[in-house]
Amino acid sequence: MRPAGKGPLESLYFDYPRFAARRVPELDGGTARHPVLIAGAGPIGMTAALVLARYGIRCVLIDRKDTFNDGSRAICIARPSMHILERIGAVAPFVEKALGWRFGRSYYRGEQIFRLEMPQPPGEKYLPMYNLQQQYIEKFLHDAVAANQLIDMRWQSELSGLERHVDGVTARISSPEGNYYLDALYLLAADGARSPIRSMLGLRLKGDNYEGRYVIADIRMDHDFPTERRAFFEPSGNPGGTVLIHKQPDDIWRVDYQLREGESEAEALREENIRARVSAILVDIGHTKSWELEWWSIYSANTLCLDDYRHDRVFFIGDAAHIVPIFGVRGLNNGLADAENIGWKLALVLHGEADDRLLDSYSPERRGATLDVFANATKSTRFMTPPTRGWRLAREAALSLSLKHAFPRGLANPRQMQPYTYSDSVLTPYAGRDAGFAGGPVCGSVAPNAKLIDGTHLLDHAGTGTTAILFCGAQPAAEQAALREQLGRIDKRFVAIVIGSENSISGAKTIADQDGEIARIFAAEPGTIYLLRPDLHIAGRWKAAIPSEILKTAEICLGGETP
Amino acid sequence: MSAMPFEDFETAYETLAMAIDSAGAEREALFLTRLALLLGHELGDIVAFRKAIQTALDGLE
Repeated sequence: MRPAGKGPLESLYFDYPRFAARRVPELDGGTARHPVLIAGAGPIGMTAALVLARYGIRCVLIDRKDTFNDGSRAICIARPSMHILERIGAVAPFVEKALGWRFGRSYYRGEQIFRLEMPQPPGEKYLPMYNLQQQYIEKFLHDAVAANQLIDMRWQSELSGLERHVDGVTARISSPEGNYYLDALYLLAADGARSPIRSMLGLRLKGDNYEGRYVIADIRMDHDFPTERRAFFEPSGNPGGTVLIHKQPDDIWRVDYQLREGESEAEALREENIRARVSAILVDIGHTKSWELEWWSIYSANTLCLDDYRHDRVFFIGDAAHIVPIFGVRGLNNGLADAENIGWKLALVLHGEADDRLLDSYSPERRGATLDVFANATKSTRFMTPPTRGWRLAREAALSLSLKHAFPRGLANPRQMQPYTYSDSVLTPYAGRDAGFAGGPVCGSVAPNAKLIDGTHLLDHAGTGTTAILFCGAQPAAEQAALREQLGRIDKRFVAIVIGSENSISGAKTIADQDGEIARIFAAEPGTIYLLRPDLHIAGRWKAAIPSEILKTAEICLGGETP
Repeated sequence: MSAMPFEDFETAYETLAMAIDSAGAEREALFLTRLALLLGHELGDIVAFRKAIQTALDGLE
């Protein structure tokens, strides 16, 4: 919602473009069968399109609106998402515009009780978190989409009917230019929390709704405070309700405040009430100067998801598949991971480089990630919006003890988004090999990064298929060269990164590790090998190479049968 | 878990009774919850803590 007298897209700082409907070939008798149709050009649908394009796969991307989503909505982009944006060639404007951060503070009755400090290992390329309004996220992704000839973007185009066949889908699309049918081999449903495709398939989200309601309001003010997450429990500016404050670019600040129990939603959303509540909160943080109201909305926490994210040739991604609580910033970030996960798998299957079986791993992997989010987010949500007297009392006891004692302070940790570890996935068949390591990243986790002497980062050198990181001494073992060759025969995209001292090897990218930092990060010894998937999660790691297992893992990453 | 000598336990009983009064009717629930969290933390044993909670719940009428 926006202040009285303003249109729904009349922003203080962002000009919403208007995109016209185009006359498309189908309206003039075109019957081309498209590899992929993506419904919904929000951040997740656009990212999926760009992942496919990275692999040279064409798609048609439709959206029923004529512009981006209104309001700033999802504003936190986590480090793994920055890597996804980098891989699809879109990260530069994000780095330039977004506000990076890694600290936070929690207060109880005005006193600081918890200092959030997200780890920043020296080898990492990106900060743990970046704040950016969703309009900008969508604009930057759309700039990349518009510049990409493989993506056929169609605005004002609504999927109004769907027929599923054994070998594809036929979608009925309605647009101001006319209605038409479009055939595609696969459909990605990125059509949001109220997904019409979900309804068309007769599917329902299942899970829990939580009681607590938050108003989220964006304001513009000249306020001097670093980009940190601030949480206020029992603040005098909003008695009986928690407050969260985040900084965004363009002097925009997000103020989230919890409504008191029994408070009328309609009353709370009236503009004068929004202004009064925000003013009281701002006085509390020492801002007494003027401010402007930009946009507001209301939110209550849900943990809802589909039983299966795949229905034959229809894949659900993002909010269409799952709705998670905002606490911990997992909605957008998990949606982006969905988009990359289905994107690389579908691309390799469409190219004939991977067996169709690979697609079966999408739903278990990403639904597993959702359930993991639910476990964490449920804890955060119970703390942010205690559902019953018991939870309220326990929280008040813990918070009040936190003023003088350290032991309960961790309860105020927002448990910010962590990338999911696919340790139980079929694509991680030898997770038991973790036992051979004293540390380092476990099987299924996102590969850590390392800064190299030439200024680049280790993961910059990974490929679009499987990538092996091989640790060797001064001389590469002949077996290691043979293994690389065999991996190259399984996966034509295979890239080997050899970590060694100075003048190692030919035929592979060699990276010097003079001070042993990379070996330390990976808990590696000479002979250790890590095999990464295209999304740079670790498919397997072996302290000393076991070629049969390594080759099998690479095959499975391309849809091979599990052992 | 080692039990207290009876005399100490009696002192604990009396101290608790006086502390509940000093917290006041409005704050007694908060006080007792804080006390439980503190004791749970001091105890350092989640199994024993759960058992104590169950035992306390069982006797309620």
